[in-house]
Amino acid sequence: MQLTNRSKVVTKPEMTWMERMYLPAIFSGLSITIKHLFRKKATLRYPEVTREFAPVYRGMHVLKKDEQGRENCTACGLCAVSCPAEAITMDAAERKKGEEHLYREEKYADKYEINMLRCIYCGLCEEACPKDAIYLTDRIVPSDFTRGGFIFGKDMLGEKMDDRIDVSKRKKQYTS
Amino acid sequence: MSILMFKGILVLVLFLVSLGIAAYSTYAERKIAAFLQDRIGPDRAGPFGLLQPIADGVKMFLKEEIIPTVSDKLLFILGPSMFMLTALMTSAVIPWGKPLEFGGVTYNLQVADINIGILYIMGVVSLGVYGIMIGGWASNNKFALLGAVRASSQMISYELAMGMSVIAVLLMTNGSLSLNAIVESQGTGKLYGFINVSGINWNVFYQPAAFIIFLVCAFAECNRTPFDLPEADSELIGGFHTEYSSMKLGLYLFAEYINMFISSTVIACLFFGGYNFPGIEYASTVLPANVVSLISVAALFGKIFFFIFFFMWVRWTLPRFRYDQLMRLGWQMLMPIAIINVLITGAVIIFFGN
Repeated sequence: MQLTNRSKVVTKPEMTWMERMYLPAIFSGLSITIKHLFRKKATLRYPEVTREFAPVYRGMHVLKKDEQGRENCTACGLCAVSCPAEAITMDAAERKKGEEHLYREEKYADKYEINMLRCIYCGLCEEACPKDAIYLTDRIVPSDFTRGGFIFGKDMLGEKMDDRIDVSKRKKQYTS
Repeated sequence: MSILMFKGILVLVLFLVSLGIAAYSTYAERKIAAFLQDRIGPDRAGPFGLLQPIADGVKMFLKEEIIPTVSDKLLFILGPSMFMLTALMTSAVIPWGKPLEFGGVTYNLQVADINIGILYIMGVVSLGVYGIMIGGWASNNKFALLGAVRASSQMISYELAMGMSVIAVLLMTNGSLSLNAIVESQGTGKLYGFINVSGINWNVFYQPAAFIIFLVCAFAECNRTPFDLPEADSELIGGFHTEYSSMKLGLYLFAEYINMFISSTVIACLFFGGYNFPGIEYASTVLPANVVSLISVAALFGKIFFFIFFFMWVRWTLPRFRYDQLMRLGWQMLMPIAIINVLITGAVIIFFGN
């Protein structure tokens, strides 16, 4: 019974005498593999050489600081609201006198935590942020032995002034 | 230095060389596999990963040794020991080079020049299947047993064709079974009677069919792909060494590489002139005997390394045979071709002389 007209008749012809000798096929196979011996290898020696990521790669987050080393984040909570995985929590605090060199505006995030196991690296927090404070970088999230170790606070996420992360490729273009 | 002492040193050197080559064959196998698949292979232990075999060996020794409670303990230990023993025994009759001379005494680079050399090798190699069979049986595991049964039937089937192909070669050397005589006969005379280069009168130019049959059978005897059915990973877990761990597994794997080394040596001796190299007679007139001897050893090892490489090259090219295909190839193709080859060789020798 023919159900569709897409069916094909499969034929399995008997091997000819030359084919049953196997030798011609073996030699053509050997010549193919020996060509690969001299081909350029695809492997990168990873810790010494790293493959360059695409500019749109979304890796570990960073909380940016400005040129004077002041945190950009004002704890507005837009990133937490936009986060589809509900991975971000924060506690806001008011800037005291004498803390102007730490925080750019009067309000800042006292606690800022991202659960890296919940995060889906969609980049919506970065899109939502009005202060250029959070970016996804090309850094790879380090591994850990416990689930608790994956809740990253400001110590892990905050940008180090002696090891600044270039996010110019990901900077938002404010064109109206 | 007495002859006995020299032989003792030679035995020790051969033992160490066999083990060393087996160890570095594992490294070469991984490197060649990687290169043929556009990868790099092990390169972390030492420069270019050259210390990898040592790391592997240490790992093997330090692993937990498990003897299954349901196994036959004596046979379980005997299996890998026998396999290793037979693998190491075969190198005794192979002529490794031209004789060395010290103080007017010549020392043959051969442990024992017995007049049934090639027969001895085939006998010892077929004893090797006992190591596999005993190990697979003693494991008390169905996969191990299946692998062992496959191994024994495969080895028995292919030994016949192998012996037949060797007979054709033996007919050409006036029926001498001594490997030394076979190798020496390839070092003299003109190729096809008119190409006047000494040391190139190799049997492969007269017996290409026997060479191909012998090569295929050697692959089967060494349980190498495309005939690696006894340990077919994808079907039988590990085949006959499924239950083995630690250094007993190491012995099996090691002995297999030693077998590969010995097969390469036998192929080189029977068909590619052994230690002979082109221009060997001219070289022995202008160079001191010991230098020629060392060059001949190097020539033999060059051939051996090429064949070890060939073994690996084929492994990463061809898929595994199905079992019925394996049997059909052995009994219905290689055997008849080998017998016909013997008949033709005999007829040619009778009617046209040598």
